[in-house]
Amino acid sequence: MPCQEPQVRAHNFDEVALGYTQETAVEEAKRCLRCKKPLCITGCPVGVLIPEFIEKITEEDFLEAGKVLKIKNSLPAVCGRVCPQENQCEIKCILGKKGEPVAIGRLERFVADYDMKFGESTFEKPVPTGKRVAIIGGGPSGLACAGDLAKAGHGVTIFEALHVAGGVLMYGIPQFRLPKEIVQTEIANLKQMGVEILTNQVVGKITSVDELLGNGYEAVFIGTGAGLPYFMDIPGENLNGVYSANEFLTRTNLMKGYKFPDYATPVKVGKNVAVLGAGNVAMDSARTALRLGAENVSIIYRRSRAEMPARNEELEHAEEEGIHFHLLTSPVSIAGDERGWVKSLTCLRYELGEPDASGRRSPLAIPGSEIEIPMDTVVVAIGQGPNPLVTTSTPGLDLSKRGNIVADAETLMTSKPGVFAGGDIVTGAATVILAMGAGKKAASGIDQYLKAK
Amino acid sequence: MYDVVKKRLLAPTIVLLEVDAPAVAAKVEPGQFVIVRVDELGERIPLTVMDFDREKGTITLVVQDVGYSSALITHMNEGDKFQDFVGPLGVASEIENYGTVVCVGGGLGNAPIYPIARALKAAGNYVISVLGSRSADLLILEEEMRAVSNEVVIATDDGSRGVKGFVTDGLAQVLDQGHQVKVIWAIGPMVMMRAVVNYTRPKGIKTIVSMNPIMVDGTGMCGACRVSVGNETKFACVDGPEFDGHLVDFDLAMQRLTFYRDEENRAKARLECDREGGHH
Repeated sequence: MPCQEPQVRAHNFDEVALGYTQETAVEEAKRCLRCKKPLCITGCPVGVLIPEFIEKITEEDFLEAGKVLKIKNSLPAVCGRVCPQENQCEIKCILGKKGEPVAIGRLERFVADYDMKFGESTFEKPVPTGKRVAIIGGGPSGLACAGDLAKAGHGVTIFEALHVAGGVLMYGIPQFRLPKEIVQTEIANLKQMGVEILTNQVVGKITSVDELLGNGYEAVFIGTGAGLPYFMDIPGENLNGVYSANEFLTRTNLMKGYKFPDYATPVKVGKNVAVLGAGNVAMDSARTALRLGAENVSIIYRRSRAEMPARNEELEHAEEEGIHFHLLTSPVSIAGDERGWVKSLTCLRYELGEPDASGRRSPLAIPGSEIEIPMDTVVVAIGQGPNPLVTTSTPGLDLSKRGNIVADAETLMTSKPGVFAGGDIVTGAATVILAMGAGKKAASGIDQYLKAK
Repeated sequence: MYDVVKKRLLAPTIVLLEVDAPAVAAKVEPGQFVIVRVDELGERIPLTVMDFDREKGTITLVVQDVGYSSALITHMNEGDKFQDFVGPLGVASEIENYGTVVCVGGGLGNAPIYPIARALKAAGNYVISVLGSRSADLLILEEEMRAVSNEVVIATDDGSRGVKGFVTDGLAQVLDQGHQVKVIWAIGPMVMMRAVVNYTRPKGIKTIVSMNPIMVDGTGMCGACRVSVGNETKFACVDGPEFDGHLVDFDLAMQRLTFYRDEENRAKARLECDREGGHH
């Protein structure tokens, strides 16, 4: 897919990938073999009717392709951009066995963008059931759940803590990967379907799950995600210049700190930036730091390249843009100057030992291998846990040791009758599309629960 | 949108605003705070609640013009609207009948200390309030504090009202009188809270402070507001904002407040430039 040149894009927040033209989309769509038993669909967590929408592209009926896409997916322009297709639909594509799989994600993005530009909202209002469902959290799982419940005729209200819905799509994933205007357009479509979105509502403080159940909501879906940042717990982590990735990305994306002072929220980076961790959040942080004007940005990771959890495409983009990689390296302390600002990072070198329970080779510190690396800014991107605001204010909710909500694998009902949960708050930090899949599953569980009631 | 329904000037550059926010007013307790955003381009800033009226559905805030956003807020008038108003946030003050308590308010700190003093009095405590400011014309909410206190001691830096000196001098006067003080709440600028805890630590009097670090979301998702308490990192927005003052690392907290000083100055300068009709 055509992209902005690395040297150019490393200095702006515009979208990196430029998308297919009509001609290239039709050409790619024609590669699809229209399998009788399409395996690609089994790889999609929301079950998009892939061969059907691709066939509409070959017929150059892009609006019809959009309709097929939206039967299963309420946020296709988002998914076409951020899904790890290489591990989902595309890994199942039969063409991938001997060559390149069909670029399903890029085609999805093309159709969704076309639909957003030229399509008319032809949503047919279902027969109202008169039942109301409260959804806590306006991220991917909540939005997907809301879309399906609205299609089933239920009244849906989303309670969102921040001033805008979208969750990680708004505060986490950067503008250059997922333009915020696109997220908000897709959310506006949900509102047209009748979904009510209340922002500035911190459930656990302004109201509670029990109060919602007592106030006319017959079921509640908890989709509060994994928004609690983990720190390394090393000396110097509270120095000025040390951010959690959540703070760094929230300031930049949600608050548009990259447009300071036109937008009032500041965000600042020094010349040398260290990003701790090697997942997608780390890649997003590193590439964001570069765009904010850092001269040298380094990913610091205690395992090797093969173990990095980030998507290949993100890694490649980061490398092309000039991000450095300090592999088999992990910080033990952060040193500050006399004014309390980060000055350097002391790291130990690592080597890989035997595979651990998860199958990954475990990193072992090499004694005496300390190195000191000068740094002005450190972004900690080593993972997030479940935010306890909702769970601690909801009696009767079974939690795992890590604080995640325990839910039934099929219905996603929790230990509390009428209360469902899905997405990162159940699984721990995972992907947008898995959260959306969970939201859809919960919607079906909630629908059955309401019908049986 | 959240309407400003009442505005009152308390002192030069300090205003009281009553804001229509019924859902917040229904739940808020003394010690909690809200996060506001003035407009679409605005930043999210935390403000401690001074008062609330559950029946009218309003929250009262006291704001001093010290930076970009607070300048926008102090210039708001009745009928103007906040884009976003989130709360209640943080953990409420632990109110019970302790016996004799002292509420120390420094400068703008008289606002957040007010609902705490009122709740402590209502819980049966003998409430002594020590109110400090730089000078008499900057002393705010004296009448309100008298109404919820058994005794009031005033201290001004320049001696233009009450004891000449800092709130610690006012506090010394109270303790010298032999009161059996069980708990002290101290709220104000970091330097003032640090001075109070340094004064009470050797005396072993439990002292609660309300931390005011930089915040973004106010719901525990970013850690911008982290403070070190008893050598453990806490998030002030969800674990606080009140902490045992004797355990707080104030030097670190004050250092962290300077994180964006350059940017804050730049934003404020640009605002003043716009106001004067200059170019930028």
